[in-house]
Amino acid sequence: MFELIPPAVFMIVAALLIGPARGHLRTAIVLAAPLITLWFVWQVPDGVAYTVPFLDYQIQPLEGSALRRLFATIFALMAFVGGLYAFRQAKWYELAAAYAYAAGAIGVSFAGDLITLFLFWELMALFSTVVVWCGGTKEARQAGVRYAIMHLLGGVILKVGIEGVVVHTGSIDIQPMLATNFDTWMMLTGILINAAAPPVSAWLADSYPSSSATGSVFLSAFTTKTAVLALILLFPGEPVLIGIGLFMVMYGIIYALLENDIRRILAYSIVNQVGFMVCAIGIGTEMALNGAAAHAFAHIIYKALLFMSAGVVVYRTGLNRCTDVGGLFRTMPLTAVCGIIGALAISGFPLTSGFTTKTMISQAAANESLVFVYMMLAAASAGVFLHAGIKFPWFVFFQRDSGLRPKDAPWNMGVAMVIFSVLCILLGVAPGLLYQFLPYPVEYEAYTPGKVLFYLQLLMFSGLAFFLLLPLMKRTETISLDSDWLWRVLLFRFGSWIYGLLAATGRSVAAAASAVLSAASGVATRYLGTPAGDDRPGVFARTWPIGVTALWIAVLLTTYVFIYYF
Amino acid sequence: MNKPQHDDYWLARPSTIKLLWRVFAVVLVLLVLAQVLIYVKGYFGVDGWFGFGAAYGFLSCLVMVLFAKALGYVLKRSEDYYDDGADDV
Repeated sequence: MFELIPPAVFMIVAALLIGPARGHLRTAIVLAAPLITLWFVWQVPDGVAYTVPFLDYQIQPLEGSALRRLFATIFALMAFVGGLYAFRQAKWYELAAAYAYAAGAIGVSFAGDLITLFLFWELMALFSTVVVWCGGTKEARQAGVRYAIMHLLGGVILKVGIEGVVVHTGSIDIQPMLATNFDTWMMLTGILINAAAPPVSAWLADSYPSSSATGSVFLSAFTTKTAVLALILLFPGEPVLIGIGLFMVMYGIIYALLENDIRRILAYSIVNQVGFMVCAIGIGTEMALNGAAAHAFAHIIYKALLFMSAGVVVYRTGLNRCTDVGGLFRTMPLTAVCGIIGALAISGFPLTSGFTTKTMISQAAANESLVFVYMMLAAASAGVFLHAGIKFPWFVFFQRDSGLRPKDAPWNMGVAMVIFSVLCILLGVAPGLLYQFLPYPVEYEAYTPGKVLFYLQLLMFSGLAFFLLLPLMKRTETISLDSDWLWRVLLFRFGSWIYGLLAATGRSVAAAASAVLSAASGVATRYLGTPAGDDRPGVFARTWPIGVTALWIAVLLTTYVFIYYF
Repeated sequence: MNKPQHDDYWLARPSTIKLLWRVFAVVLVLLVLAQVLIYVKGYFGVDGWFGFGAAYGFLSCLVMVLFAKALGYVLKRSEDYYDDGADDV
């Protein structure tokens, strides 16, 4: 059946073909494959499409639902626009890795059972590492190794959880559960590592900004959002997630405020935005889950747009830091405008996609009378405007005249940014376009005058705070310690200490051994003599008078008689 | 900051910036006053107060910036912090 080719498999084949293909054929594959995949995504029916026997299990590699198609759609769309953005600038192996990575994300979206989910999960870990390495610098290489370790560790933890659930329940189905025992906690932990939850959030801001200008666009989209999807499928309404989500929201803001690296600011704001979604999943009502799904969809678009805008700056100037750039709006108007649209969307400004999706989450919190959650989310909305909405465009495109006059975006990067900019506004103006594809029926009115006014007040006064507090936010050429300090420095020191300890132990053991050996050799020399047979043979090698021998035999016999007698 | 360069781009002129500040101030005042006409539904009482969004937005940003600033004194390190051989792969 032609319609039922799994979209992920098609995408993997496309990724494999990018390498051997050359010239226009390669371009055609890069641009057409995600669109054809998108078509396949929409051919996936509700429910399990087919099963495959594997060991003792019935694997369900393809299961459709509104939620799964929604995520697969945005992943395929992201691959297309990302491919368009990157195909003239990125190396072919970066494109191939990025497409295989996207295939993993699409595969997770349609995974009908835990085994399939795990396989595609690892596919993502593998190829996203390659994308990080494609940054090509020493930092990228090192960050890639740390990234790989973190994700392989996360994969192992997830696998432990899956094994436990399969053994104890006998079912490999993906179904809602709560973190109540060891197995489910392990699964939740494994997924949360990919969602960049505390205490390991640092992997994200460590690795993504080290990748290439084009690579970070792909990286921003898939890993954290598949984790969001997995959480919606497996742990809706898990109360722990509310607290974790709120922490991520605030962590992202605070660290982004401290940061000087352009793309690291955006990386921290991914954690911030995923925090909104994780919190919504913790609330777990139909409206909250709708909000999480819608927000993930909108987020991928505006976050990729922001990374594209930053990517053009990095590509054109080779500079990564706020302190090095500024005033770029003069010669990069398109990049600046698209960056600003993305910044407004992430801030949830009315008429952008962020407003129509993020307020849904706040509304869900209000409906459940979660005062604290609602207030924190409102404060965070103001904070997002502060750290990403204004800070990013201000320091990159305005701030001061750095004297740089780089050219604007190459045409393909420009077109990609325009497509996502239009989508940001389209989903903000006509939210019904997205709402109809959400997993549950939407009974939510985004644009009520009161709500718009409330958020405008919140955001505009946050803007006022930004410009009044600008002296406090002067960029410094620093990095900020994050939880990765624990393993990059503390664990390293601990390891060095253990190594030193072992080395010292080894040395003293060796010394003792050689002392014992030389003592033994002394004894042996005394009784047996040296092998070369020098002037004075060992005790047993000497010639003894016959009388001494007779005496010893007499002693021996006497002893024997005594033993026999008694 | 760089020394001020000759820059006649309209958006960078001091007069434009002054104008932008004035427009911004007017918008801010209007946004608060608009609450006389537009009912903002409060879910928990306090969030329906007059100008709550404005005050809350401003104050929460103030708190976050100050908190980040304070945290910065503890967490900020020079950019080559991880480069001193402690982190070689």
